[in-house]
Formats: sequence, structure tokens, C-alpha cells
Amino acid sequence: MKHCVSNAKLHSKVYRGGKEEATLHAPGRQQSYRVIRRGADNAPGIRRAGVANKGRRRKVAWYKEPMNIIITGVGGQGNVMASRVLAGMLVDAGYFVTIGETFGMSQRGGSVMSHLRVSSRCALSPQIPQGRADIIVALEPVEAIRVLSKYGNPAVTVLSNSRVVYPIGVITGDFNYPSLDKIKAIFDKLTVRNWLINATSVAVEMGNPVLSNIVMIGALAKMNLLPIDRRAFEKEITKNMPADKRRINFAAFDAGAKMV
Amino acid sequence: MSKLLSPAKTEVLFMGNEAIARGALEAGLSVAAGYPGTPSSEVIENLASVAGQRNLYVEWSTNEKVAVEVAAAASFAGLRSMCVMKQNGVNVASDFLLHLTASGTRGGMVLVSCEDPGALSSVNEGESRYFARMLEIPLLEPANFQEAKDLTKWAFELSEKIHNIVMLRSVTRMSHASGNVICGSLTDKSRVARFVYDGPITDPLRGPVISTPVVAKHRLQQEKLEKAKKLFEESPFNKYFGPKKPQLLIITSSVCFLYSQEAVSSLGLQKRAGILKLGCTWPLPERLLKKYLRLTDKIMIVEEVLPFMEESVKVLAAGMPKEIGLKTFYGKIDKTLPAVGELNPDIICAALSKVMKVKCKSIPAAYVKGLQKAAALIPPRDQTFCPGCPHRASFWSINTALKRDGREGFVCGDIGCYAMAALTPAIGFHTVRTLHSMGSGTGLACGFAKLGAFGFDKPVLSVCGDSTFYHAVIPALINAQHNRADITFVVLDNAGTAMTGFQPHPGLTTSAMGEAVPAVDIAQICAAIGAKVAISDPFDLDGTSKLLNSFMEQSGSLNVLILRQICALSPEKKGKKKFEMRVDEALCLGEDCGCNRLCTRIFRCPALTWDRTKKKAVVDEVICAGCGVCSSICPQKAIMKTEVIS
Ligand code: SF4
Ligand code: SF4
Repeated sequence: MKHCVSNAKLHSKVYRGGKEEATLHAPGRQQSYRVIRRGADNAPGIRRAGVANKGRRRKVAWYKEPMNIIITGVGGQGNVMASRVLAGMLVDAGYFVTIGETFGMSQRGGSVMSHLRVSSRCALSPQIPQGRADIIVALEPVEAIRVLSKYGNPAVTVLSNSRVVYPIGVITGDFNYPSLDKIKAIFDKLTVRNWLINATSVAVEMGNPVLSNIVMIGALAKMNLLPIDRRAFEKEITKNMPADKRRINFAAFDAGAKMV
Repeated sequence: MSKLLSPAKTEVLFMGNEAIARGALEAGLSVAAGYPGTPSSEVIENLASVAGQRNLYVEWSTNEKVAVEVAAAASFAGLRSMCVMKQNGVNVASDFLLHLTASGTRGGMVLVSCEDPGALSSVNEGESRYFARMLEIPLLEPANFQEAKDLTKWAFELSEKIHNIVMLRSVTRMSHASGNVICGSLTDKSRVARFVYDGPITDPLRGPVISTPVVAKHRLQQEKLEKAKKLFEESPFNKYFGPKKPQLLIITSSVCFLYSQEAVSSLGLQKRAGILKLGCTWPLPERLLKKYLRLTDKIMIVEEVLPFMEESVKVLAAGMPKEIGLKTFYGKIDKTLPAVGELNPDIICAALSKVMKVKCKSIPAAYVKGLQKAAALIPPRDQTFCPGCPHRASFWSINTALKRDGREGFVCGDIGCYAMAALTPAIGFHTVRTLHSMGSGTGLACGFAKLGAFGFDKPVLSVCGDSTFYHAVIPALINAQHNRADITFVVLDNAGTAMTGFQPHPGLTTSAMGEAVPAVDIAQICAAIGAKVAISDPFDLDGTSKLLNSFMEQSGSLNVLILRQICALSPEKKGKKKFEMRVDEALCLGEDCGCNRLCTRIFRCPALTWDRTKKKAVVDEVICAGCGVCSSICPQKAIMKTEVIS
């Protein structure tokens, strides 16, 4: 049964579920919107990514098909924006991206989480199955563990901000917040690689704590696990942001890249 | 250029709601109306953002019933129109809808209902699919982002073919999720609004648009539905994926299709299970179902939330036993799938593994143990009012006044961010004791206030937000005045529909399309009803609570207190601090202060935290909104505020 239609033209190699190294087409000089032919077999629900991707190739250190990324944090930390920017870059690079998000009530100081599914073959469900995250990006450290405890597996990578936002239950004294050392120890034990960086302090130095989401994206790009880079970021920001806000975002991205 | 207007054939990342909006634009939409409600709001917001460029009329209506009426008028005049709401909105609009579906429509008209299985942002997980059955109209459910656009476009065509409204149902995981969509072309519409009404009453296309003669129009309505069913038989939106002879047939719709796909492939069942994905879910295309039900005797139906399709499939199957044979059905009715809450790939995997007797992939036990140990170390993070939220201050004053009053009074709550006051640990005390639908707090308060003759002697308050006030509270207030219900009604006016993202409402001076409009003043409406009206700033805790007490003491009148303070997340306020805050460590007595840490245990602003080493309160300046309210709750005057000079 062809639940997913693969397209050998898009990638020289596609691995299904493995962790092997694959060569991928990276963001290149293609136009910002790609033209897609719709063939007879393009029924609703199944669609070929029939793109002649002429972009330059870039080696990605570690990639699997599909790639499951979770961006988590506390409402108000810029979670949604981070996931949109990242997804925009990946769509531009020729992938099917599904972002699963919930916003509304959960935004009001609660935990928030965006699921990003990246596939070269088809649109995936907006919810990552338990134990299947490949990369967790956390804007707040206990949120990294919260997501890890549900979606973690021995091959997961974690990139976490170290700036703590105390939950109400901790402020009232009903619950304890683990120390950063303890958090780091948990990461070391349960992830294949992890980084705990103080993105918020860099963002505060730059004048706005909310930039920490972009600092994290910069760090993520530098980790070389995804086909995204500074150029792709520039393009995405230029497309979506007024000119006066771009420079500070580029600076935040660069600052993040220096932190890993 | 707006992403929504991307040229044809380009591939973009659209949120489900953006895809719906794009589909409507491709269909040549002229008029759209709605009322904000998660997860539906972005459809109208997106359409409003391009209204000028596409010659659309887009409005936020006072409530969903009015939205459907506004859109229906456009349809009667031959234009294509759409009304958009969350599941609860369909309930509100249902009275008009029942008549509209009987009178029929002219220009293509689509009702979009975005629902919230699992109540991720609702106080119920109600279903509107049953309305499609009750209203006898076609129901469409997109199963991915491309379909969200394509089905919306087709819904208009279908509506025009059958001359009745078509319902399109989305869910949170579709509306608020995003995926790749290939754009179609934006048609240049050239329709002129013309309402023809001088034909005979029996001619729904040229006569007056009415639901009488009832039986004749009802018959016609059912013929329209039959016609839709025929079109569904051939629709490419219903599609089978799988082997020719599956052991199990999964029938599914909406985002559950994506979950089912994922579950089938992760269990490696591609050769044993087939998926029939239905985009047209009411009325069910009978011939198509017959064809696939024949394939196997095991049928699993995967849907959210209630067993709507399951019931319909079973009814169909019961009518064709000879053609399709005996079946075993798996779904919600036999409890193979949970009867409440939203689904996800894991739940379907578990159900499939039971039915097909295969094992789910598992993670090494030692690792799982590590995860569990880690999970036990982390604190929960509950929703709460934002730092600087006016509602925290308002409820603080309400609580103070109720305590001072001493008669165990309580608050009937309503729908909006302030519904969180009904939950601990959003705030460290309880005042809100009932919470139901839009506007029902004040209606309930009226009822409680009339129980005096039966020995009920507690003062009753009700609250509502500004947008809710216009939506559904006014009739309840008039009721209170007319029937002399002694209540104190508090309007939490934060100048916008905060919970759903600051959509304008009748109290403001801009419309959905950004035009200047006159504001409808809440105070004047209340005064005209005959209420005693006062206005206060909720950040003035002392003044507000005193006003409340004076209101509660007066019997024999309807009292309204309007608490005005802009939402902390509003674009006007966000990121702008009025005060720099600091706790004077020398003054803060910590646990010894005798206040039981009012600041950090009861008030619960996330920005006012507790330093465990120093045992003193401390302000987290990164998240503090600088509202200054906490300085007036500290009995020691230890929390200092300095005005920020900008
Ligand atoms: S800040 Fe004020 S209320 Fe809080 S513990 Fe210190 S003295 Fe008590
Ligand atoms: S001023 Fe006080 S109450 Fe207001 S946001 Fe800051 S810490 Fe919270």
C-alpha cells in the first residue's frame, strides 16, 4: 500500500526510519516558491513532491526520514514564531512540513509545544507519536524534560535554553524545580547529544528577551542536523518581517550559532 | 504581498485556517462573517487582511447567529458567502440555520465550523457534525492542508449546485496545524448583488426566501441532499488507499486520516489494512461504501469525537446485508477507541495492534524507566493569568469584597480568559462557582437571585468580558431588570476579544477590515436598561473592592460595575512597562510576615517569584509586565514600584 509516495528524484538517498547518513538537497538558489506539477495520481491525501530541486547540495551530519522536531516553551516565549520560521526554511528547501500546534488557552502561561514533521515524501500527521522525537528545542529547561519524558528515545538530540521560568506551583512552594545541574545530568543520561545554552541572557543583552527564540534557531542551524543555514534564515526573515526588524533577528541568529 | 494571495501553482506553508481562507478566495468569495472562537478565528482574520485587495466584505459579527444571517443575505443576492465559527457557535446559530436550510440559498454559501476535540481551548468538546444531519445539509471534512483549501473551494460549487448551505468541518489539529499547500488560481469575480423576490412563493430561486410552505420546502430540501449524495459518490475527496483484499478496512475522515496512515505504517500493516478516507461525511455515499465494505468483514471507524460516521455506516450496512455480508465493527461504540477526548497516532496504533494482533514498536525498558524518573522530577506548569493581566486584579478585588461582605457570595462565570478564575491554581482562591456557555453566567445569576423565597440568601455576582457582553449577555441583563433580580454584574472590559487574539468588537472604533466605526458603549446600554452603573480601574484594588461592597449591600437594584483596563498582551501594551518593580529585601518579611505569602501563594503573578535561598519575594524582570498591582497587595509595602519615564 502506498501510504506515502516517495520520490527518488528529490533526494539521492532516502532512508526510512534509520539514522544513517544521507545526502540531501539543501536550500539553494531556487525561487522562493516552487512550481509543482500535479499529475493524474495526485489524488487528495497523496501528492508527489515533483520538484526539480536544483539547489546546491549540502552534507547534513545526521538526518532521518521523517525528521520529527519539537519546539517547546512557556506561553509568550515565541514558540509559534520559532516553529514558523523553521518550517518556512524547510518548505523552501523542498520538504513537506507539517506543524502541529495548539494555541489559545495553552498560551496563558502554560506549557506550549509545536510538533514539526519534516518529510521528503508526504504530509504527516500534526502529532508526533510518543517516543519518536528526533530533535527537541526547548525555550525553557523543564519544558525540555516534559517533552523528553513523552517523546524521547535513545537517539534524541536536545537543545535547551537554560533560563528558568518558574511555574506557579513552584512559586507557591507546592513543587520543586530541579537544579540546572540535575537537568543537565538528565539530558546527558537520556539524549544522544544535548546543549544547554543561556539564550535568554544573550537576548536580554540585545535588548529583548523574546529574541531568545531566534538565538535558539541560530544554534539549531549550527548543529548541522537540518538542511538550514544563515542564507535560508535571511530569506525567510526578509520574506516575513519589516525591514527595521530584520537586522536584530540576524544578529540573534548569529549569536545563537556561536553558542554551540 | 500577503501569503494568502500567492500566485497559482506556488507551494506555500498554510495553516489549516489559511488554507480554508485561500480556498474561499479561489472560489470567488464576496462576503464572510464570523465570531471569534478558537480554533476558528484565523479564517476571518486572514480574509479581513486581504479584503481591500480582493473586494471582499468581511465582518466580525456580534455573535454567530448574526454572522450566518449576514452571510445568508449575500447568498440570497447571488454572491458567494461564508460564515465561520467554532463548534459552540453552530449551537448559537442553529435556530436561524434550521430555517435557512429549509428556505435554501442562492449564491454558494458555506458554514465553516472549527471544532475542538479534547477541548484544547474550549470548555466543551461538542460536535457540530450532528447538526449537518439534523439540518439535512451536506457535510465535508478535509483530511489534510491541501484538502482544506480544495474542499472549501468545492463546497461553494456544491452549494450552488444544490441551492443549500454546505457545512465544512475542521478541527483544532487541522485549523491550527500547518502544511504544504499548492495554490490554485484566484478567480476574478464579477458578480453583482441582486436580490430577486417577486416570483411565486413556491419558487425558491425567484420568489421570497422563506421556509414555507413547510412540507413542500422540506421535500425540496431532501431532494437537494439526495443530489449532494450522488455527487459524493464520484467525489475525488473520498478515496481508498490500500491493498485489493485488506483484512481490515479503516473508514476515517479529517485529521484522523493522517493519524490512521501513520499508525498503519508504523505497525507495518500496509499490506493488511486499507484506509477509506471520506471527505464527504454526510450524507454518506452509499454505493461507494458498499463497494469498500465488501472488501472485508472487519471494519474499523476512526473519528473524533462522537461515533457519528460509525452510526451512519452501521445504518447503511444494516440496509444491505446480502450485498456486503456480516461485519464486525470496531470503533467507539464497542470501545476499541476511546469515547471521549481527541485521538492521536498512538491511540490508533494501540487499537490497531489489538484488532490485528501485532505489537507496537517499543523503546528499551531501561530507557523508559529513565524517562519516568526524569518526569517525576519536574513540576507541572498550569495555565494562569498572564503577568500584568487585569483579570487577576479584578478577581482579587471581587474576592476581597466577597470576604468582607461575609455572606458567602459567589460569582457565576462566563467564557473568556477570565474563565481561568474557575481553576486553581490560576489564582490562589475561588470565587467563580459556575461556568457554561457565552452569556450564561448572568442568566444563572438571575435565577439564583430569585431563590430568596426558598431560603437562598447569598449575594450573587456575575462576570463577563466585553466581547461576551455584546454576544449574549444583554438579554440576560434585561431579564434581570425586568424580573427584579438583585445581582451585581461585573464587566471585565479589556478592550478586545483577548482570548482569541484581539479581534475588534462593537465596543471599539475599528471594524474587522480596519474601518472607523462608532463604538457601542457598554455603560450606556446598561444605564438604558435601568441598572446602576459604575466604572473603575481594576488596578485600583482598594477603590474597586469598595465599590463592589457598596453594590452588594444595596438590594432592590441591578448593579453594574465596569472594570476597564487593557489586556496585558494587547498590541498597545505588550512589551511596555509602566513601572519598574523591585522587592525591598529589607522590608519583605518572607514566611514571617504573617500574610502566608499573599504575593506568591495567593496572588500568583508568574513574574512575582520566590527566592528560596533568601526566603524573600523577588520580581522576575524578564517576564514582569510592570503593571504595579502587586505593590498594593503587600501588607509590608515591600514591593516597590518606580514609574518608567518613556
Ligand atoms: S512581598 Fe510582601 S506579601 Fe510577599 S512575603 Fe514579602 S512581605 Fe509578605
Ligand atoms: S508588576 Fe507585579 S503584578 Fe504586575 S506583572 Fe510585574 S510582578 Fe506581576
